[in-house]
Amino acid sequence: MRVLLSKPGLDGHDVGVKVLAHGLKEAGIEVHYTGLRKSIEEIVNMAVKINADIIGLSILSGTHLVLAKKMKEELQKRNLNFHWVVGGNIPAKDIDELKKIGANEAFATGTKVSEVVLYFISIEKNKN
Amino acid sequence: MKSKTAKEMNVKPVFNESGFEINPVYTADDITNSSTHNEMPGQYPFTRGIHPTMYRNKPFTIRQYAGFASPEETNERFHFLIRNGQTGLNVAFDLPTQCGFDSDDPRAFGEIGRVGMSIDTLDDFEIAFKNIDLDKITVSLTINGTAIILIAMYIAMAEKRGFDISNLRGTAQNDILKEFIGRGTWIFPVDKSVKLVVDTIEYCAKYVPKYSPVSVCGYHIRESGANPVQEMAYAFCIAKAYTDGALQRGISIDDFASRLSFNFDIYGNLFEQIAKFRGGRRLWAKIIREDYKAQKDSSCWLRMIAGGGGGGLTKEQPENNIVRSAYYALISALSGTQTMALCSYDEAYTIPTEHSAEISLRTMQIMINEMGICDTVDPLGGSYYIEALTDKFENAIREEMKTVDNWDGIINAVSTGKIQESVSKQAYEREMGMQKGNIPKVGVNIYTRNEESREVEFHPYNQLAADMQIDKLKIIKEKRNNAKVNECIENIKSEALNNKNLMPSIIQAVKEYCTVGEIVNAMKEVYGEFKEPIFF
Repeated sequence: MRVLLSKPGLDGHDVGVKVLAHGLKEAGIEVHYTGLRKSIEEIVNMAVKINADIIGLSILSGTHLVLAKKMKEELQKRNLNFHWVVGGNIPAKDIDELKKIGANEAFATGTKVSEVVLYFISIEKNKN
Repeated sequence: MKSKTAKEMNVKPVFNESGFEINPVYTADDITNSSTHNEMPGQYPFTRGIHPTMYRNKPFTIRQYAGFASPEETNERFHFLIRNGQTGLNVAFDLPTQCGFDSDDPRAFGEIGRVGMSIDTLDDFEIAFKNIDLDKITVSLTINGTAIILIAMYIAMAEKRGFDISNLRGTAQNDILKEFIGRGTWIFPVDKSVKLVVDTIEYCAKYVPKYSPVSVCGYHIRESGANPVQEMAYAFCIAKAYTDGALQRGISIDDFASRLSFNFDIYGNLFEQIAKFRGGRRLWAKIIREDYKAQKDSSCWLRMIAGGGGGGLTKEQPENNIVRSAYYALISALSGTQTMALCSYDEAYTIPTEHSAEISLRTMQIMINEMGICDTVDPLGGSYYIEALTDKFENAIREEMKTVDNWDGIINAVSTGKIQESVSKQAYEREMGMQKGNIPKVGVNIYTRNEESREVEFHPYNQLAADMQIDKLKIIKEKRNNAKVNECIENIKSEALNNKNLMPSIIQAVKEYCTVGEIVNAMKEVYGEFKEPIFF
């Protein structure tokens, strides 16, 4: 399985996304990370290029709904079907909202790394 | 009497976060060589504090972080804080301002005024600081990637008010090197970024000598995963990089070193933090006097803002954070800080309300007014444990700085991602330690209780304010003298190409209402942009 972790928008908080990257790597999952301040278009380009199974968007500035809508539009526009999840400082009420927009899952801060790893593994299993 | 180790006393060994083994008991024998025996506060190397009387004359400055969507709201908030007895203002900016995008740039969409105030032109600055007496309040600008532009705006605003800039006080964070390690609002390549910081130091040393153009931040490095020794060591390496740059411009060390200040983090072991600051203060003094040959004592002072770190606070049982913050405040005061800021108890999941911000303010005021914290200087001086640990910190920070030298210096270590790599690995280990319960955290992995999960809240995004900001920018772009604007932008490019100090050309540009984005784009054309090394 190949995961692309990304930092869309201008938010510079990257401790969490890097912690998750370490955790996924330790679980034997192939992880790629975009680095900071990527546009949604750049992130999708990279996901296509590496043929990612899952895209993770890490957002802590409160911009998650705006960016999730952009993500949805970008995928629709290009007729792509990626499994994508959002992580970060997300209010409980926005988790459903993110799923309505089109995210497959959303993880609020405080979620254990192991929980996210298990989720990713389960996605892979269901696919096979 | 000799001190005893854990083994001798048959108890389990204890190591602090920096990896030092802590003895169950310390004695006078542990500090026979300590230099503080003959040291008074206010005396080199300033282990005990940079002033002879410290808080007896004046308590530390209380400076809470503030900044709301629009310059207008920010101005209101400033007046509220001042009415409540705050003597310093710490200004937050939104991400487009920090990253160099104007409000009308598509990349600013959804971010205008979200995490701080939005600044496009000098006009916004003038609104935000309306009726704020620049003489009575010290203003700290939390800005890095675009700091040279915002400092230029502050100076331009003062000049327009007829203020003599040789008396202008204030602070800018303006520590770009730490942005590459944590926080992330870098724009230009590392060497060019450092050049811009040095431009501000040089300009201020010559024309705005009371302004502190740089506050070197161990804080964000620690928040990104560094341990307390690394926090100090990396911060000192960064401060040395700026110092070296300034010296290369031919300024004397005594003309600027006293204007460098530091921003440090407090969470974790109480004694370890206090020793970190005392040992760090002594080491910094020695570096400036012994390595850089400074004559003036004030050049050797480690002046700092040290506040409660967000990293220590929890979303679980958030009221516990009020207690944690009170300890952090105590640590800060016992460490001889100049300025203090505390995170609000609800900051782990939301933007502080007026109520929670008030609790932070009162925490510090209770300490000052009820606890006798200001009565005597360095009250822990002479404690066997604290002095032994202080010595240990001085040496350990020095050793850690050598590690950075082995990476060919801080600029290289940051450009190649060496520091980012090691710090992020530690952040992972720390997080795992917390999640597995090896690092105890009350309410998180011990003494937990079933509680309603706290609702994460943000200030609702104010689309109307964002639209107004864009409209305001449009009007200014129409009203200003655009021929002059173009001239100023071309001038910045040519000064950048000729490797000149950009401060004068940027001050001129902001006075003509050039935007932050226009100025950044001109600089990008000449300097290029940073390519982030990807490490985790």
